[in-house]
Amino acid sequence: MRWDFASVFENTDALLVGAAGTLRIFAICLVLGLSLGLLVGLGRYSRNRWVHIPATVFVEFFRNTPVLVQILWFYFALPILLPFQISPLAAASLGISLNSAAFSAEIYRGGIQSIETGQWDGARALGMRWGQAMRRIILPQALKRMLPALTNRAIEIFKMSTLASAVAYVELLQQGKLIASLNYNPIEAYTAVAVIFFVFLWPLVQFSYFLERRLRRDE
Amino acid sequence: MAYQWDFSPVLANAPLLAQGLANTLKITGTALVCGVVLGLALALLRLSPRRFLSWPAGFVIEVFRTTPPLVQLFWFFFALPILVGIEMTPFVAGAITFSIQSAAFFAEVFRAGIQSIERGQWDGARAIGMRHDQAMRRIILPQAVKRMIPAFMERAIELMKTTTLIATISYADLLFAANEVSQKTFRPLETYTVVALIYFVVIFLASQVARLVELRLARSGESTVH
Amino acid sequence: MTILHVTGLTKRFGTTDVLRGIDLDVKRGERIAILGASGSGKSTLLRCLNFMERPGGGTITLDGQVLGREGKAGERLYRESELIQVRQRVGMVFQQFNLFPHMTAIGNVMEGLRTVRGLPKPEAEARARKELARVGLAEKAETYPAHLSGGQKQRVAIARALAMDPEMLLFDEPTSALDPELVGEVLNVILALAKEGRTMLLVTHELGFAYHVATRVIFLADGAIHEQGTPDEVLKNPKKDRTRAFLASHKQFSF
Repeated sequence: MRWDFASVFENTDALLVGAAGTLRIFAICLVLGLSLGLLVGLGRYSRNRWVHIPATVFVEFFRNTPVLVQILWFYFALPILLPFQISPLAAASLGISLNSAAFSAEIYRGGIQSIETGQWDGARALGMRWGQAMRRIILPQALKRMLPALTNRAIEIFKMSTLASAVAYVELLQQGKLIASLNYNPIEAYTAVAVIFFVFLWPLVQFSYFLERRLRRDE
Repeated sequence: MAYQWDFSPVLANAPLLAQGLANTLKITGTALVCGVVLGLALALLRLSPRRFLSWPAGFVIEVFRTTPPLVQLFWFFFALPILVGIEMTPFVAGAITFSIQSAAFFAEVFRAGIQSIERGQWDGARAIGMRHDQAMRRIILPQAVKRMIPAFMERAIELMKTTTLIATISYADLLFAANEVSQKTFRPLETYTVVALIYFVVIFLASQVARLVELRLARSGESTVH
Repeated sequence: MTILHVTGLTKRFGTTDVLRGIDLDVKRGERIAILGASGSGKSTLLRCLNFMERPGGGTITLDGQVLGREGKAGERLYRESELIQVRQRVGMVFQQFNLFPHMTAIGNVMEGLRTVRGLPKPEAEARARKELARVGLAEKAETYPAHLSGGQKQRVAIARALAMDPEMLLFDEPTSALDPELVGEVLNVILALAKEGRTMLLVTHELGFAYHVATRVIFLADGAIHEQGTPDEVLKNPKKDRTRAFLASHKQFSF
């Protein structure tokens, strides 16, 4: 059988556009997901009922619903309630970010809880406020422990970017579909897309293994 | 003017949704069973001292963990039939994709579990004359399996969420049914909300069952490993 | 001149009354050793004085200023912002040091000055170096806690507390977690601070040190002051039975 990778190479422009789209949604969801996750994680850590319960509901709901369902909800259902349209990028970003926030919230909470109370004592005894203690003493130590898990989250977010193709957002898989339908070469097209993802992600995956090993050695 | 919610058209299509849910459970169950079996095989191959066995296994595991499941699904549905010249249905494509994809993750759970059994157990088994596979089957695996259950259940719940991808290749699962019903009733808000809630309830219940099992294991003194 | 005035201090954890009404007056320059069996409430008392634990009842007056305000049911209400101010004026040294592992020794010492007092880095660093020199660790300024011995860590912790210029120092069993040969270097630092005339409260099991350094000794039992007086009175001629029993158990294997 004839492998026709030539037509794929002719379409590098399309793939580059796709890659740009993938990186864009990855960056948006990484920043939104991980920062919202920190807020929710702090909420989960709090003992104040008014903060803890909504945070828990958020985490349980967005961890236990599939991301694709959320994306489609934001794309098809939400516009009914709002006076404006929601773009594919917005819908996909919302779905992926909220899901990532819910997962990373638990990573943050676990990391913060793992810092021994003596560190809080030391900080408070100097007269630090809660926010200062968190920012200067607790989080810097917790972050080092959370890095492997957060890196895994980032890898998951990168892979989830392909779900945006379900609402026709222009990213790598969507471009792959386009190339395959124009050139009747799904094998080459989808293999190329898979290879591109592998090349992007493999260094990141190896880096997360390295972080995990380093953490186990240091603890 | 506030939006008037009306769930009745959605409820009228309950049979369609129910069928969708049934199909979701069907693909999830199939992928779960195949994934576990394949995952165990991959893990054992990966642990083999013979490189011609462990390297291909490692390759499969890395590829399927480092590429997005949706890309894998499209490849198996669109590309594989042409390559191998077989008939492909959405269900088969989904079953193959999710089986191998979950197997790659299960393999790592199995490997960690097996490696967590201390050397002494191997020594004890070999000292009474057991072969490698006998030791594995009678001594190591039974202990490893108990430790792996929490991570295993976590992966199974992930699988439940991943199988929604099959709606994109027009398999009539719950999400696909949601799309159909939403277009039929012109009520996307109610339809997708109901479907999201159904997914939430099913998966949440599964998580709770998993948590209960974990608690009972912890109480009976079994250690757990991730 | 009284710096600390405590009346009727109580504290309850769950269903246990750990402190059952403590009355205490501390004058400037006094050095008070607090002794007692474990569970007698020594640590809790100390931790209430800088509000690391919130008192259940009673009043605490620092330098003439009554802390907290009266609530509706007669209980005492404290605002965190007020307590934070108190903690800047009262320094604490912990049994487990509680140094910040991700900062160097000098980083630890100047952390309070930078973050809490808001001093600019050069100024904070200069002050920190002085305090580290005072505890004899000037050359370890750039070292991380992981590479310091227990005695060195505790001395850095003392420097960290001193950097905040506290009016009063609280020591919560500062040498209990140290290997015996490292205890001396820490006690010597505390002795030097005593000679400077600093006000301090010291929970300790080092009875000999307490005898030499303290101006007053308090023996705590069941959450209340069982006996107090000068070191000679309490340690050499205790009046109460429990005090005697406690001291006897400590002298059991002394040679």
